[in-house]
Amino acid sequence: MAHSRAATASTTPAGPSGDYPPFSQKHLLSIADLKQHEIIDLLDRAERMIPVSRQERKSHPTLAGKTQVNLFFESSTRTQGSFEIAGKRLGALVMNMSVKTSSVSKGETLIDTAATLNAMRPDVIVVRHSAAGAVELLSQKVGCSVINAGDGAHEHPTQALLDALTIRNHKGRISGLTVAICGDIANSRVVRSNLLLLGALNVRTRVIAPRNLLPAGIEHLATEVFTDMREGLKGVDVVMMLRLQHERANGKMIPSVREYYHFYGLDAEKLSYAKPDAIVMHPGPMNRGVEIDPAIADGPSSVITDQVEMGVAVRMAVLDALLPARNEA
Amino acid sequence: MSQPLLIENARIVDPASGTDELGAVLVRHGLIAEIAFHAPIGVPDDADVINARGLILAPGLIDMRVFTGEPGKEYRETLASAGDAAAAGGVTSFVMMPDTAPVVDDGALVDFLIRRAKATSKVNVLPAAAITKGLAGQELTEFGLLQEAGAVCLTDGRNSIQSSSMLRTVMSYAANYGMTIVHHLSDKALTGDGVMNEGLFATILGLKGIPREAETIPLARDLQLAALTGVRYHAAQLSCAASIELMAAAKKRNPHVTAGVSINNLALNENDIGRYRTFFKLSTPLRSEDDRQAVVEGLRNGTIDTIHSDHDQQDTEMKRQPFAEASDGAIGLETLLAAALRLVHSGEVDLLTVLRAMTSRPAEILGLATGRIAVGAPADLILFDLDYPWQVNERKIRSRSRNTSFEGARLAGKVMRTIVGGKTVHTHVEEN
Repeated sequence: MAHSRAATASTTPAGPSGDYPPFSQKHLLSIADLKQHEIIDLLDRAERMIPVSRQERKSHPTLAGKTQVNLFFESSTRTQGSFEIAGKRLGALVMNMSVKTSSVSKGETLIDTAATLNAMRPDVIVVRHSAAGAVELLSQKVGCSVINAGDGAHEHPTQALLDALTIRNHKGRISGLTVAICGDIANSRVVRSNLLLLGALNVRTRVIAPRNLLPAGIEHLATEVFTDMREGLKGVDVVMMLRLQHERANGKMIPSVREYYHFYGLDAEKLSYAKPDAIVMHPGPMNRGVEIDPAIADGPSSVITDQVEMGVAVRMAVLDALLPARNEA
Repeated sequence: MSQPLLIENARIVDPASGTDELGAVLVRHGLIAEIAFHAPIGVPDDADVINARGLILAPGLIDMRVFTGEPGKEYRETLASAGDAAAAGGVTSFVMMPDTAPVVDDGALVDFLIRRAKATSKVNVLPAAAITKGLAGQELTEFGLLQEAGAVCLTDGRNSIQSSSMLRTVMSYAANYGMTIVHHLSDKALTGDGVMNEGLFATILGLKGIPREAETIPLARDLQLAALTGVRYHAAQLSCAASIELMAAAKKRNPHVTAGVSINNLALNENDIGRYRTFFKLSTPLRSEDDRQAVVEGLRNGTIDTIHSDHDQQDTEMKRQPFAEASDGAIGLETLLAAALRLVHSGEVDLLTVLRAMTSRPAEILGLATGRIAVGAPADLILFDLDYPWQVNERKIRSRSRNTSFEGARLAGKVMRTIVGGKTVHTHVEEN
């Protein structure tokens, strides 16, 4: 149980926003855009945001008077909720917009919506879209900061940041660890952001999946590639499981859930190959019994609910870091 | 009728005869009447004389793959605007793809297009007819009647016929009329939702990849069926090293198979996509640099016969979309020659080889009289400055659509004069 709760050794006396130099970027579109020191800076800022959500008055209104729009072209409960709570705890006025997209005019809607929203003068737009590159395209059409909350199979930068923060809080460090990511590597934006971020912090990364869920060239992005889960989990510090979309286990990609779970589902036996103190993560939403045994998901190694908590801290830190940069610019 | 035209002091480069010499050409009644090297031509009293001052005089280019918006999408491109772009780019004849609305799958439409083009376009428009009705890949069009109406070849344009048995029927029937089948190679199921070359770069961008096998598998099938049926077969556009190998092997056994390449696959590679630049979203996709080099080598050693622009105008709104949702295609008539000359300037391919692929080879494949500087041939000629430096600027493009994959590119080589049937249809004007 020692690591079922995030250890938050925030010893710095400064307030959550600290006295950081202004963050150098206007947008957060991808981990690929961040240098190592910027990643560490964001993690440090997030660290200091953790207590805000643990105190009784969960308010740290550095964004009072600012407007944040959550523009979600794809439905999302936890990411949108996390961004909403983050913005509200920082005192921003938060508007949620869920845009149902028709298949014909998705792009038109994107550009049109961008122009319309821009005219309302928000300070930051948080965007999720089903197409890779869509968030970057939108960022070129608006005057305010844009945060990528997931674009197709491209990136999900705040997820990678919250994963890193969770790891750091449980392991006390990130560099030098070995992290295995298992599951639908080919279609996951979480994987791409995580491999970039962990790679930048000198983590040994492993991806584990059946061959048809491994994208071309993945061996250049991860330190090691495995198709056997037991081999891949040997001696790792962190196990990240990915959601398997049900529609992929219908015989088109994967023959059945039964077979997938047998070879790639995380159970106690497979987890025993990892280090004894290994932590288990999942970006959610979980498919219990598909990629993970419920006993593991809810067991002592699991830090899945901590990830959700760190998500709010990371998003508060990102919002707080980007917006002053806007004013200085 | 027309005044005789004398072009003198020209560096005559004619790939058909392998000529590269200083000389003069006399044009009468729209045809080349006389050619002289190092010797004066008797100048008729009423002749219009052009002193080329050492510029290259070459046959006008023949572009084997041009999509027009007319009929059906005139806001994108008309025969007239495509003709203006072609003339400015030194293209004196282009093969018009049948992917229009309505589809060019009927002799009457071929006849109409030829007349319409004569009336409105500065250059020769050569309609290609659809292989299957509505480009649906299901029912044959009337090959014989289409040929009589003036269709220069048969193609389903952007569409690739998936059924092997349908293709066998198509090839046998085309062989019956001696018509060339031009086929775009794309295995639909393997292509799937792919939007760019499969590989590390697509993985990084989070975009679905198109494997090279989506091209090589249908190519291998087509080459076998071409051998079986004896048809004249032209692989529309090859993009990868494995396709070049297949093609080279087939050519050793079968003299009736030929291959083309888009200028995009010769001059660009997948890295040009950068961060989701949709003007580089093409079907056939841009491949790796290794593939590009293999295609260049194929051009050098004769495995690749023709270079075309794959001029495909898309309105800006269809391109200002997330990458996967944007339409495919780029325009290229105005940049074809200069982009191809990059290969000459870089020393990758010699001038005669590059020009042959845009003049005499397409003429031979399509059975055209043009594409050469020979007495009696149509006077479709270009004068160009091999080294003239310029930068592509989308605002100066003559096409109605501006989706160029060479925006901002610095190119060397510019057409100074374009002559179609003895008539000057374009002269370069210096800008201040």
